[in-house]
Amino acid sequence: MSSINIICLSLWTDRTKTGEKRGGMEKRIRVFLAKPGLDGHDRGVLIVGQALRDAGMEVIYSGLKQTPENLVEATLQEDVDVLGLSILSGAHMALIPRIMELLRESDAQDVTVIAGGVIPREDAEVLVAEHGVSRVFGPGTDTREIVAFIREREEQR
Amino acid sequence: MNDDERNELEREKERWEREVLAPALSASSESRERFETVSGHEIGRLYGPWDLPDADYVRDIGFPGEYPFTRGIHSTMYRGRPWTIRQFMGFGDPDESNRRLKYLIEHGAPGLNVAFDMPTIHGLDSDHPLAHGEVGRNGVPLDSLEDMERLFADIPLAEVSTSLVIAYPPIPSMYLAMAIDQGADLKRLQGTFQNDSFCRDVAANVRVLPRRAELKLCTDVVEYFTLNVPRWYPISIVGYQIREKGCTAAQELAFNLSDGIEFVKSFINRGLDVDRFGPRLSFMWNAHNDFFEEIAKYRAARRMWAQIMKERFGARDPRSMMIRFHTQTAGCSLTAQQPLNNVVRATIQGLAAVLGGTQSLHTDSYDEAMALPTEESSKLAVRTQQIIAEESGVANTIDPMGGSYFVEKLTSELEEEAWEYINRIDEMGGMLEAVENGFIQREVARAAWRYQKDVESGKQVIVGVNKYVEEDEPPIELLKITQEMEDAQKERIARLKERRDEGKTREATEKLREAAENNENLFELTMDAVRAYATLEEVWDVYRDRYGKFEESSTLVESV
Repeated sequence: MSSINIICLSLWTDRTKTGEKRGGMEKRIRVFLAKPGLDGHDRGVLIVGQALRDAGMEVIYSGLKQTPENLVEATLQEDVDVLGLSILSGAHMALIPRIMELLRESDAQDVTVIAGGVIPREDAEVLVAEHGVSRVFGPGTDTREIVAFIREREEQR
Repeated sequence: MNDDERNELEREKERWEREVLAPALSASSESRERFETVSGHEIGRLYGPWDLPDADYVRDIGFPGEYPFTRGIHSTMYRGRPWTIRQFMGFGDPDESNRRLKYLIEHGAPGLNVAFDMPTIHGLDSDHPLAHGEVGRNGVPLDSLEDMERLFADIPLAEVSTSLVIAYPPIPSMYLAMAIDQGADLKRLQGTFQNDSFCRDVAANVRVLPRRAELKLCTDVVEYFTLNVPRWYPISIVGYQIREKGCTAAQELAFNLSDGIEFVKSFINRGLDVDRFGPRLSFMWNAHNDFFEEIAKYRAARRMWAQIMKERFGARDPRSMMIRFHTQTAGCSLTAQQPLNNVVRATIQGLAAVLGGTQSLHTDSYDEAMALPTEESSKLAVRTQQIIAEESGVANTIDPMGGSYFVEKLTSELEEEAWEYINRIDEMGGMLEAVENGFIQREVARAAWRYQKDVESGKQVIVGVNKYVEEDEPPIELLKITQEMEDAQKERIARLKERRDEGKTREATEKLREAAENNENLFELTMDAVRAYATLEEVWDVYRDRYGKFEESSTLVESV
């Protein structure tokens, strides 16, 4: 668990296809999906990854059991636009604020951070209002809503 | 049915289709072109004797308590003994969890069923850096024998049946050490360990040691308990979690029975007699949304496992052929939207498990899509089962669904679909290979993606999520687990380490280390180490040093 294990899924990061379609002109949105902490629930994160890829985004997945330090380091190295954090183990209030703090310390506040999983609304409000998470997507979210949110947000930049 | 009867039936069916059905369909079509289960299995308009032309009652369905056990494993089923209300529980710290255990017992849920937190499941103490923020969040933390004693304080182990959802020797050995200290008779001690390495690996993504080492440690527990604690179920072969990950009912059936086959092979290779451990195998299934598909799944599971044990492994004792199982309602079906709807879901799912002949049942609480259950919501989940058991009358007769043309047909179809998967897995060399080459993971990911698309297209209705949606729902009260509990748990480890006899602890762990080097059964020496107050992590470190760590590879998360 010491060094980050970034698994670039071949299908998810197939640049050529969409690049050709778009004439290679438009920059593709780069999303880093990550599983901080010991949580092993990955059904959601894999589904979101598939949906974002199908929507033309470039998706990198951290694999499981990453520390906040590793994730922030990888976020910087990979120069991503969006960091998506998936937590279903209840550790969100310890791990997400730590990740946000490390991003701030690294001057990487421009990365859009979204989160998903089993996160009660009350906690979600704190993460957004006090820690700078852009949005928390709860259970039952339609993946198209996530796609639309990321697109809108990136277009505003 | 003889030929004349069959021809007559065929003529009558055609007449009905022509004279009654066809005019009705031309006047108004059905609401959908294709009707299917939540797993995508096509369901016909009407089932009748024509669907079971070759059925042989005695051979295929038979009597309860007798091979092939389609109708149930006991001859009187719930008339003789109701299923055990066994609610999964664990949070905060051992003291909090002890209070909840007693609360559940007090309200009529006698089966204890303990969930452990993420660090404990990974063999890490609460003071490990990776445990930060995770302690007690989705289960109880257990760092030492002392914590086990807190968890079961005032609960006489000789009188209860306990399920611990954990694998490998450390935690089971703490439980047994405590039972021995209480003077419990090991020949009578009852309970279950999950102890299923495949479930942890494929479904829960908990991989600590290389796969073969984890299988070895599972087998150590099974060997020890088979020989010394004969009424214990030392393994629960779990399909529940792989279903939670998104597979279909037939896949759950096939993957879990293949899981069972792999374990039976491992136990036989260890030199254990199939009729010695066979009667002490238990299973666990999911109860998902599709009522009849789930009932058919449990019935098919009984028939299939009986055949596997008898024909494949040569079991002679009928008790080895019985699949006894626990069921939990589908956590993945719970919605954060309109959470009270989940009470209704748990009722329907729990009813399916009962009509499917489960031996014990957990009904989920309505708030579990957002947090662990409160006292109030967990009590309502218990009451749900009590109403099914004692008010509805469904437990009055054995296998009331037996003989339904639809349910019998669906049972056979699910069985057929599952055998096809099992044969493919056998061709690969078994479950271990099918997991190592990523087959299982790919199949599950594909099914999960199809389900998601069906939900998003509205084809699969989820009330409150993609239909009958309400804006601005009021929040409900949720269970809170505080950071103070985590801090106190860390403090306790420090105090334990100061207090214990360091020399004894070191001596016991060194003996364990030697046994591990020599590939011995590690159960007893693990028990000696935890008795000397070696912590969970210290024991696991011996295993980690001996077997190495699991290396994550990208085959596990291949895209659809």
